[in-house]
Amino acid sequence: MAASPVFLNLDLLALSPPGWGGVLLAGFAASLQLAVGGFGLGLLIGIGGAFGKLYGGPIVRDLLEVYTTVIRAVPELVLILLLYYAGTDAVNSLLMLVGLPRVDISGLAAGIFVIGVVQGAYSTEVLRGAIKAVPPGQIEAARAYGMSPFKTLHRITLPAMLPYAIPGLSNLWLIATKDTALLAVVGFSELTLVTRQAAGATKAYMLFYCAAGVLYLSLTLISNRVIGYIERRARRGIAGPM
Amino acid sequence: MPAYVPPPPRRLLEPHRIFLIALFGAIVFCAVWFLRWDWLEKYQWKLLHGIWETLFLLFSTAGAGFILAVLLGLVQVTGPKPLAMIARGFCTLIRGTPLLLQLWLLYYGLGSVFAQYPEIRHSMFWPYLRQAWPYGFTALMLSFAAYEGEVMRGAFAGVPRGELEAARAFGMSRFTTFRRIWLPRAIYRALPTLSGETVLQLKSTPLVATITVVDVYAIISRVRQDTYLTYEPLLLLALIYMCLTGILVLLFRMLENRIPSRGA
Repeated sequence: MAASPVFLNLDLLALSPPGWGGVLLAGFAASLQLAVGGFGLGLLIGIGGAFGKLYGGPIVRDLLEVYTTVIRAVPELVLILLLYYAGTDAVNSLLMLVGLPRVDISGLAAGIFVIGVVQGAYSTEVLRGAIKAVPPGQIEAARAYGMSPFKTLHRITLPAMLPYAIPGLSNLWLIATKDTALLAVVGFSELTLVTRQAAGATKAYMLFYCAAGVLYLSLTLISNRVIGYIERRARRGIAGPM
Repeated sequence: MPAYVPPPPRRLLEPHRIFLIALFGAIVFCAVWFLRWDWLEKYQWKLLHGIWETLFLLFSTAGAGFILAVLLGLVQVTGPKPLAMIARGFCTLIRGTPLLLQLWLLYYGLGSVFAQYPEIRHSMFWPYLRQAWPYGFTALMLSFAAYEGEVMRGAFAGVPRGELEAARAFGMSRFTTFRRIWLPRAIYRALPTLSGETVLQLKSTPLVATITVVDVYAIISRVRQDTYLTYEPLLLLALIYMCLTGILVLLFRMLENRIPSRGA
């Protein structure tokens, strides 16, 4: 009977304390930080991993193959638990080894590390495919001009592979935004966990979960718009739809 | 940096591989020797039951979700405009929000709404609605349907028109055309992504443990609480999921090989 009044009590979403709106937005900001950080770290790992897989020696290739296979075969939730504990443990035992005191690793840093490692495996594969799609002649031409490997990378390979990489990478970005929710399970106060707390405190479950859903959804929709713009920009000069 | 040159075909046992395998074996040996595994005996039956529960959840939700996905794809390709828009909106909504949030929305949100209506509490469905698994099942099924629905939309649209016209020329009715030509051809086209989606679905199942459904992840969580061990149960869990993923991928590869394809 009391369902609809509770659901419609929008005062609960007010920004200042009796309402939980401010808390939700803070959680959303934390989620965004996690997603941006994790995606960025994943991109760095991915660039390194892709080049390692394509140009590295046999041992590097095999190790990277193990990394991408294992990460993609194990559920993100399990990886997050493992890396969250193992990562903080490893840093602390490393510090103990060099004789420094233990530090409390912030949830944000650990979360970014976890999401970055997971995303790194996927973006390695995306970027590897994209680099392979760059015509070899272009890279050979860059070498013929006497460009150093690094200059070839940032002038030729990275820009030329971008149109091929963007669909995969944008998918990864959307996955990153949604994977941040999994950190709720290890107790990091991002949007989903904050929502659960707000809902539990006020008993207005539907209201808060729907509000959080709207926030996530708007992030996705806005991302899609921005991605569309970037994609058009990266594709300028390429004929026809691919 | 040299241009990309495809590496020569490689044998499984090159010298560095033997070294890596030996190293890996040493790590596994250390893990078995130095970590604690004595809890395994006590929990083995529970673990097996949890794996069964996970697999059951995976196949039931993927099966039901796939049927829904076929409908979603079909409606988006042929359906009347309002229906197509509803289907597209549904896919966007589910794909745009985290599964964990959907799960908690259904379990805590919808569950609390249900509990407020005496009509529902006294209905024959209440004993089921009070449990967690219907919510877990629904959330997983909807998620699979939404992701796979997008794929099926593309697959339905990608079946060459000539084949459908040929079916009509043979005098098949619309339903027969759908059953014999359109659906099987679309499924063939979707099969490679279907295998990927099923692996993703397997990796989503542990989320239901957060709403008290007892799958293999929940069992491992309980082991962790009972024994205060951090790594051993999680490592075993990762191993279990890797094996399950490997088996799934192999099964799908066998299925794909059975489907006749021209060329390639």
